[in-house]
Amino acid sequence: MKKYAYFPGCSLEKMALSYHDSALETTRILGIELEELDDWNCCGATTYFHLDEILANTLVARNLAMAEKQNLDFVAPCSACYKNAYFTNKYMKEDADLAEHINYALEADDLRLSGNLSVHHLIEIFVDEIGLDAIKDKVSIPLNGLRIAPYYGCQIVRPRKNGENIENPQFFEELLTAIGADPVDFAYKTRCCGGSLLLTNRRAALAMIRVLLQNTLDSGAEVIATTCPLCQVNLECYQTQVNEEFGTKYSMPVVYFTQLLGLAIGSPPRKLGFGKELISATPFLSRFLVKEAK
Amino acid sequence: MATRPTFRQEISNLVYSPHGEPFSNCIHCGTCSGTCPVAEFMDETPRRLIGMINADMKEEVLACNTYWFCASCYHCTVRCPSNIDITAVMYAVKRYSIWHKTYSDDLVGPVFSETFMKTIARSGRSYEPILATTYLFGFGAKEFFEEVQGATKLMLKGRIPVLPSKIKHLKNFQNMVKRIIFLGEEG
Repeated sequence: MKKYAYFPGCSLEKMALSYHDSALETTRILGIELEELDDWNCCGATTYFHLDEILANTLVARNLAMAEKQNLDFVAPCSACYKNAYFTNKYMKEDADLAEHINYALEADDLRLSGNLSVHHLIEIFVDEIGLDAIKDKVSIPLNGLRIAPYYGCQIVRPRKNGENIENPQFFEELLTAIGADPVDFAYKTRCCGGSLLLTNRRAALAMIRVLLQNTLDSGAEVIATTCPLCQVNLECYQTQVNEEFGTKYSMPVVYFTQLLGLAIGSPPRKLGFGKELISATPFLSRFLVKEAK
Repeated sequence: MATRPTFRQEISNLVYSPHGEPFSNCIHCGTCSGTCPVAEFMDETPRRLIGMINADMKEEVLACNTYWFCASCYHCTVRCPSNIDITAVMYAVKRYSIWHKTYSDDLVGPVFSETFMKTIARSGRSYEPILATTYLFGFGAKEFFEEVQGATKLMLKGRIPVLPSKIKHLKNFQNMVKRIIFLGEEG
């Protein structure tokens, strides 16, 4: 069983508890151990960078250094946490001056970072480490006919890391196909959900969410799957405001990819955090729970 | 004799060097503006902002809302044919406007960033309810009620934390932060 240092990030403590629960449940079933990093701190999302870039990298480096101390690779379920961790790790390894500066600060907490660990987004653990074939083997309730919009969002694919396909990535679709579902093709799958603009520029953010919801609806999706807590909250929790603002009638469930994956490999919905949605997932969920009800 | 750096140089100095090519390489193709999902809400498009920085139009740059409306989605960055990390440039202007306190009072962005940072320096983790009360003052009454309604629904679903969480090595953590940035005495 491969073990990773798991960095849940602030959202998964409460707002995105269903992501946390379903991540732990699905990895456990598929033979991966996620050990929560002891005493992790907030990675700063995008906001530390508004104040000071070295400080932003230092706060991220503290979490990485704790993982490195345990000799574990680092995994984050949130796209913003992942992007920060990935790039800080890379800069620490490549820039000796920056590393010296940051290590001087880390010393205050008896830590040091070389940047020799690898950093992953949670979805990579499923796609690359566990592998689609192994997942297929574990599927007991294939989500046949379920039309899912694979919403990548921004920071999981951007900035570019190493020559990967960022204009039209496919790994999310492949994962959904492996669990028997029917990923829909929608043009805006990597368009930004607005991120923290929801708090700082409401008008722009609601318009951005509306565009995404309309695009998924036009593509025939019944549910949106996300890989990031901020995308999930923006797309789900602000649908009411979007409807009020634009006179629309969206009622699109938005769940985490791990919840759908868990459903397909036979985990009971309560262990996957279902029931915490503001827009009920029951309409599609009920189609795959017939067996349990009997 | 030393001369004062121009505005363009000051912004350039605030961009960390691995972040792509210098923005003076901009060819003004407009790919960034065509890509940006927030462009229609900005006073100036990203392409124009870069042009204005290169032309040292300091006051006009700082007075516009463009950089505070950037959501950091990096779509412009990955498409720029001149390899300019436009998102990093936006961050640099944000930093300039925070440290020089040049942002206009009707923007929520800078206040939110500062509050967020203070919350982290105090506890090591973010705590939505404290953040919420602070940035809510930047909204009108309608948005305030929307937010409260939304928060109530989330609370009923057990998705709002009751107590802020704190890291264990808080003192060490704060000392670490102080080695990078001045925190003042309250930290």
